[in-house]
Amino acid sequence: MSAVIDHHHADHAHGPAKGPMRWVLTTNHKDIGTMYLWFSFAMFLLGGTMAMVIRAELFQPGLQLVVPEFFNQMTTMHGLIMVFGAVMPAFVGLANWMIPMMIGAPDMALPRMNNFSFWLLPAAFGLLVSTLFMEGGGPNFGWTFYAPLSTTYAPPSVTFFIFAIHLAGISSIMGAINIIATIINLRAPGMTLMKMPLFVWTWLITAFLLVAVMPVLAGVVTMMLMDINFGTSFFSAAGGGDPVMFQHIFWFFGHPEVYIMILPAFGAVSMIIPAFSRKPLFGYTSMVYATAAIAFLSFVVWAHHMFTVGIPLTGELFFMYATLLIAVPTGVKVFNWVSTMFRGSLTFEAPMLFAVAFVILFTIGGFSGLMLAIAPADFQYHDTYFVVAHFHYVLVPGAIFGIFASAYYWLPKWTGHMYDEVLAKTHFWMSFVGMNLAFFPMHFIGLAGMPRRIPDYNMMFANFNMVSSIGAFMFGATQLLFLFIVIKCIKGGPKAAAKPWDGAEGLEWTVPSPAPYHTFSTPPEVK
Amino acid sequence: MREGMSTKSLVGRLVVLVAGMFGFGFLLVPIYDVMCDAFGINGKTNSSAYEDTGQTVDESRSVRVQFLSTNAQGMVWTFGPEGNELVMHPGETREMIFTAHNPTDRPMVAQAVPSVSPSKAAAYFHKTECFCFTQQTLQAGETVEMPVRFIVDPELPREVHRLTLAYTLFDITDRMAGPDVAAVHSN
Repeated sequence: MSAVIDHHHADHAHGPAKGPMRWVLTTNHKDIGTMYLWFSFAMFLLGGTMAMVIRAELFQPGLQLVVPEFFNQMTTMHGLIMVFGAVMPAFVGLANWMIPMMIGAPDMALPRMNNFSFWLLPAAFGLLVSTLFMEGGGPNFGWTFYAPLSTTYAPPSVTFFIFAIHLAGISSIMGAINIIATIINLRAPGMTLMKMPLFVWTWLITAFLLVAVMPVLAGVVTMMLMDINFGTSFFSAAGGGDPVMFQHIFWFFGHPEVYIMILPAFGAVSMIIPAFSRKPLFGYTSMVYATAAIAFLSFVVWAHHMFTVGIPLTGELFFMYATLLIAVPTGVKVFNWVSTMFRGSLTFEAPMLFAVAFVILFTIGGFSGLMLAIAPADFQYHDTYFVVAHFHYVLVPGAIFGIFASAYYWLPKWTGHMYDEVLAKTHFWMSFVGMNLAFFPMHFIGLAGMPRRIPDYNMMFANFNMVSSIGAFMFGATQLLFLFIVIKCIKGGPKAAAKPWDGAEGLEWTVPSPAPYHTFSTPPEVK
Repeated sequence: MREGMSTKSLVGRLVVLVAGMFGFGFLLVPIYDVMCDAFGINGKTNSSAYEDTGQTVDESRSVRVQFLSTNAQGMVWTFGPEGNELVMHPGETREMIFTAHNPTDRPMVAQAVPSVSPSKAAAYFHKTECFCFTQQTLQAGETVEMPVRFIVDPELPREVHRLTLAYTLFDITDRMAGPDVAAVHSN
């Protein structure tokens, strides 16, 4: 690999290849980052379209638009596509673009593997989406694919689903290995670990989480594959297996997975808030340790997803206390973000708006998480819309607002143009209002007992569901505005300076905007 | 570029970690079984015969043991215990006969899966003989009486006065007919 880098070293003027094969064969971290981001946005719109189908069906009680079997496929595919197709690739795309530029590296450590890990994704999701057109339909067992729904009672297309998960998992693992190798080995001289920007730190920890748990996901889908096709009984009680074991193994992967989706957003927000507060981040070291603590705790809390399956009282207590403990490092982070803003010279450009909304709304999602963590109370909340409200509050204004904030923050660096601030603020406020309208009422209907994943509901939930649907349509439509803003920014707009945000810190602002095809071919000196 | 590990050996270690975690996923299966056996989690009881240790019978208290039988989806056998319950002293060995009848005109294979509730009592319920340790093959129209012999451990927590032993009967004829017989767990 170093031969490639050395070659570029000798030839500074070398630009991108001509023609469409550039994108197929590229090993450039910026090209690959761009492809990841576009792919993730396409998946975001596709998964969002499925969410629109769900909310349209739930606009009124009764069955209007789709049959329940299709509704089940929509809820399942919405979850799978958003988790594995939209949020995770978006962060890998940001990592590809920004990590080499933040640590003064010329490229990722393994550029060819980088290309392969991206191109696995269209294959994985092409396969996954194609199941919708197969006989018996696509996956209909929920994104958590609990056995035996996903084994004994699964549609025939489930084998394609399993293969798609394998491909997406291999892609994530390769991406994570690449990021670890880049951060450990390609830092510029003087860039010690404790000088790294927080986005790099949170991604390093996220990458270790990925390496640790994606293989477990691969293992659990392999067990499903064997149960379905080769007559084993991992999850079949008739053969001595146990479906509850599926949930244990799945959530051993699944809980670290939810932190995989949020930690890089923590990192991005930890860079954006200081930039628009014109103050250094409050408590850098504690941020690093808090991130590590959250990552460590994520391995010992998985059974809080399954309080109701009948685990012993001591188990319920252990998982309840361990889960509540996560509030401590998370609280440290929220405290540091607020303290960074305290007495800062704040301005509210679009990245900052999304970042501030992130802090407020993610905290609301964290609080509903604490409510769910209390085992005896969870028996009421389990599998209701309260859970849906909780994880959408941590994923939409958490992960997705983190991605929007990052996109607006670094768009000038990527495109060389400033985005349209008025449109961006419109995008923010429409998203903010739409998302709260969509998800806040779900807390109430969940507490009142509306179960999740059901296409029909009791009349008494009608008003709140209608509000939810209107909010969801508003949020969904607004994302087309985001697409327009990004295209407009690529096409033109005011020239962006090398450092368009006067409070921003970091090596990425020392290169011109747009960032040249090759940056830091000679490592910068970090003092 | 800097001191320390080369990218090659770093990636090598990470690949080993990935392979190890893939293996760990499968290792969770026996770990889960061991944990369930050890702590009686999930109402799992011993899956092979318990050796009678000649424990003393605790005549100071008695425990009510109830019997339940359920057919899994698609199972057509008639299956049930002779009596619904019995009262016994901890430490005593008792027996209950279950009767199974195959009403179809073809031979069928079944597996009964036991579960004890309350789950904290599962670890104290020992079966010295049980039809659930093996598969049952019944010819067309055949009826068979299957005993289960059991001991309730004298160590059973004192607050437990009643135990329920529930069997779910699964039709595994298709599994046994295929080439996968060996793949079915013996427990």
